[in-house]
Amino acid sequence: MFHIYCPHCCEYREEEEFHVAGQAHIARPLDPDACTDKEWGEFMYFRANPRGIHHELWVHGAGCRKYFNVTRDTQTYEIKEVYKVGEKPSVVADDVK
Amino acid sequence: MTQDLSKQSNRLQEGGRIDRAKPLTFTYNGKQYKGFEGDTLASALLANGVDIVGRSFKYSRPRGIVAAGAEEPNAIMQIGSTEATQIPNVRATQQSLYAGLVASSTNGWPNVDMDLMGLVGKVGGKMMPPGFYYKTFMYPKSMWETYESYIRKAAGLGRAPKENDPDIYDKMNQHCDLLIVGAGPAGLAAALSAARAGARVIIADEQSEFGGSLLSSKETLNGKPAAEWVAEVVQELSGCADVLMLPNSQVNGYHDHNFLTIQQHCTDQFADRAPNGQIAQRLHRVRAKWVILATGAHERPLVYGNNDIPGCMVANAVSTYINRYGVVPGKDLVLMTSNDNAYRAALDWHDAGRRVVAIVDSRKNPKGTFVEAARERGISILVGSGVIEAHGNKRVTGVSIAPLNEAGDAVVGPIVKMAADTVATSGGWSPVIHLSCHTGARPVWNDDILGFTPGKTYQKQLTAGAINGAFSTAAALSEGFSAASDALSHLGLAKPERVLPEAEQIQESKAMALFHLPHTKPTSKAPKQFVDYQNDVTAAGIELACREGFESIEHVKRYTAMGFGTDQGKLGNINGMAIAAKILKQTIPQTGTTIFRPNYTPVTFGAIAGRDCGELFDPKRYTAMHAWHVERGAKFEDVGQWKRAWYYPKGNETMQEALNRECLATRESVGILDASTLGKIDIQGKDAREFLGRVYTNAWAKLPVGKCRYGLMCGEDGMVFDDGVTSCLAENHFLMTTTTGGAARVLSWLEIYHQTEWPELEVYFTSVTDHWSTMTISGPNSRKLLEKLTDYDVSKDNMAFMDWKSMTVAGVPARVFRISFTGELSFEINVQANYGMHVWKALFEQGEEFNLTPYGTETMHILRAEKGFIIAGQDTDGSVHPFDLGMSWAVSMQKPFSFIGKRGMQREDCVRENRKQLVGLKTIDPNVVLPEGAQGVFDPKAPIPMPMVGHVTSSYWSANLNRSVAMGFVKGGLDKMGQKVFYPLADGRVIEAEICSPVFLDPKGERQHV
Repeated sequence: MFHIYCPHCCEYREEEEFHVAGQAHIARPLDPDACTDKEWGEFMYFRANPRGIHHELWVHGAGCRKYFNVTRDTQTYEIKEVYKVGEKPSVVADDVK
Repeated sequence: MTQDLSKQSNRLQEGGRIDRAKPLTFTYNGKQYKGFEGDTLASALLANGVDIVGRSFKYSRPRGIVAAGAEEPNAIMQIGSTEATQIPNVRATQQSLYAGLVASSTNGWPNVDMDLMGLVGKVGGKMMPPGFYYKTFMYPKSMWETYESYIRKAAGLGRAPKENDPDIYDKMNQHCDLLIVGAGPAGLAAALSAARAGARVIIADEQSEFGGSLLSSKETLNGKPAAEWVAEVVQELSGCADVLMLPNSQVNGYHDHNFLTIQQHCTDQFADRAPNGQIAQRLHRVRAKWVILATGAHERPLVYGNNDIPGCMVANAVSTYINRYGVVPGKDLVLMTSNDNAYRAALDWHDAGRRVVAIVDSRKNPKGTFVEAARERGISILVGSGVIEAHGNKRVTGVSIAPLNEAGDAVVGPIVKMAADTVATSGGWSPVIHLSCHTGARPVWNDDILGFTPGKTYQKQLTAGAINGAFSTAAALSEGFSAASDALSHLGLAKPERVLPEAEQIQESKAMALFHLPHTKPTSKAPKQFVDYQNDVTAAGIELACREGFESIEHVKRYTAMGFGTDQGKLGNINGMAIAAKILKQTIPQTGTTIFRPNYTPVTFGAIAGRDCGELFDPKRYTAMHAWHVERGAKFEDVGQWKRAWYYPKGNETMQEALNRECLATRESVGILDASTLGKIDIQGKDAREFLGRVYTNAWAKLPVGKCRYGLMCGEDGMVFDDGVTSCLAENHFLMTTTTGGAARVLSWLEIYHQTEWPELEVYFTSVTDHWSTMTISGPNSRKLLEKLTDYDVSKDNMAFMDWKSMTVAGVPARVFRISFTGELSFEINVQANYGMHVWKALFEQGEEFNLTPYGTETMHILRAEKGFIIAGQDTDGSVHPFDLGMSWAVSMQKPFSFIGKRGMQREDCVRENRKQLVGLKTIDPNVVLPEGAQGVFDPKAPIPMPMVGHVTSSYWSANLNRSVAMGFVKGGLDKMGQKVFYPLADGRVIEAEICSPVFLDPKGERQHV
């Protein structure tokens, strides 16, 4: 069970208070009507499944109900950082740098 | 007492940590025995000379106690004196003895001593080679159930109680600076150092007493018996306010971010039912800043012919039974070893006054402290030799010993037979790395200690003592201190002074890598050489698996079932790997290792469930009027966590009779529904209106204050997921309603879009579901009823359909919404929840003259189905968009912002012809009610499998229409009005229906507009 620091509450809390909400930084296209079916399908369904550094959206559902981002290593389950929505991660995978 | 002792034929007259003044009577397999306080069930059975404790899984061979701790594979017991207190899969070596304990062996049918399966087993064994499950049970598939019952009976893995467990189980959340797992020399040294430095420490040990290996040897510390040092340490620790000592507590799981679970046995070491309402077991959920694993090591038995005959034991277990429990588990011992350490078993046996027939050492030239001690005692030592086979049936009667070559893999001389009733073996020690594996660390092979040690971890974890291969007491103490010092410096606490007791100086000569003893016959022909006792995996079985091409140890494991038992292969896995490595002509690290998973030992469901059972399993939600419904005899249904009134039977009414009455009363006069459970979200902010336009499919820009509007909510895929009415309370203030079950999901949906996509919109969401009591009065007399409770003008002219008004109802401030889910003139009265019951009762007082009839969710469903109104989640399933539902009127494609779902519902597959569409279904026979879920076909005579064209989603008997009504999906249904669709049922009937509009009643909607 993870121990997660909520950047809004500024406290470590147990994973039971949180929910993961999928991959972070999946922006809704600004002009959906201009998207092809393929582009829309990729926005809706296609997600990364990296081995190693991954950015996830979490919500402090049983706390402040705020969403925030988590950089997590999917192999070691280490949480490298948490950061607010709209911010950029400081830890990224080597092949993204 | 002398009499008791005489019955315990293997009990020594003195010694051990048992209390001879406290004899205990217990029952094993229906027979009474005596033991002492301080015994385990295993030591008490051995004291009484009980040789057989189970029958083996595959071959049904008699099995005896092999070990003295968690690693025991054979002595798996069913414990419990009553049906309700049965616990399966208890290791006799870990069960403290108490007065009145009732145990039975779980393997063996009809009993372990006279085992019918043993006869079958001789055949069954042949029938069950490795890979047996895959080879045999795949075909024919239909036979699986037959095989399964046979296997289950044969396997005998214990049974669950048939009655509810009367005991209370508990959970505790714990936080500490340092969690120390294991209270042997390393763990105690670490705890003492950390406690002196002022750290918050938890130290847990699976045994009833702290001390670990120090309790089962004759070692001294500071020149005194080691147990005295243990007692001093325990006393000092118990005086530290910040130290929590947990004996009888198994650390079973090491989870992410230093979260560990500890199963504490609080009373089940004293009784099978907790006395006086005490907690039976407690699960500690520990978040530790640092963890020290001081879990010790398990001794490996050697693999040789017939090594499973009762009387074959692990060397250290022999020492433990003698030193800790005063029990010598036999008369004549042969010790087989590849190392010095195991000599202690022979020394202890000899010193207990029994005969050591011989020490058989695979090495040519052993020398060391223990070897010399054996020579001093005149014990015969056969060097360069091995026990290649044990003889006997229900108990060892002798052994065959043969000279071995240098590598220990071939017999190079004549066999000598010797009589003995006990064979103790040791192939060295395997560090207990299980917990370190739980978070994914891969163990690392260490050639110096011939064992795996913990691999690289990402946890804040340190290790100390035998788990690292530091097997001597002196080294364990030193590592315990060092690990604590490291942890303290990480924690920013001052390092303590190094104060450690002085351990004996012991010289040990190098151990030999020996796992599997050769035989004069090839392994496949030799007497069975067991690797995994619990699953009856033999050396020959592993050879066969490798020959058949299973080269990865993970595959060998699955193919042979090695390590699949409740013991997870604690004793056997490394021997198995070594055998596979030998066959594959590679090293053990090349062969790999298997990973251990939580839990370390079986955990009771009670401990896992804790208090989260029965009434406390899940929260229940009640409306403010719940007591009234109960009093009125309502039947309830669960909707999410809500208890909703389902229907209100009167007298001896059947359900259908009650529904008919409720439906007719509502349409003829007035009915009332407790609708408080509907999700309600208060939405405020200057951009609230804009936000609604983005999340609903229809237009919200022009909804005036005082008006309500129905809305559909879709996902980005364009599929409907919720619906409800939202009302404009003020220019920047709306009240959204959702389905009862969808409330939480909708709130999250709004929040995630607001926070991640449109944070620039100023809008706030608050769940107000529980703040309001909602009662819907519906029917032609609903206005007359409302008029009796309010001075407000609720006439058609002042309060039109889809208006909401603020007024006083029954003296209480209320919001009244003129919306309708029944198609009748309806008013939804919302009052502050704590006034709910008052208003509800007032309505009934005034409603008597109108025959005001309460109705529940089932009548609500019927009335809305008569009108063709959908229920999200019943008539939708995440694969239908608004156009499939025939609800294009609820979608505004002209809105400037591309609302959620708009793009999705225009994808190629969403706009194609012949999608399944929601239509009404009118059975040709009006008295037949279609079953919900029934699959339709256009041609009931088509060959099977018939092409299916959609299923029935809602179907009811309508008392108002005196016929059945139904809705369902039909391919291209909206263009097939008047055509037939057929529903072939499992009972052979085929129901014929006509496709029609789903609006069965009042198609012009006149009734709700009056």
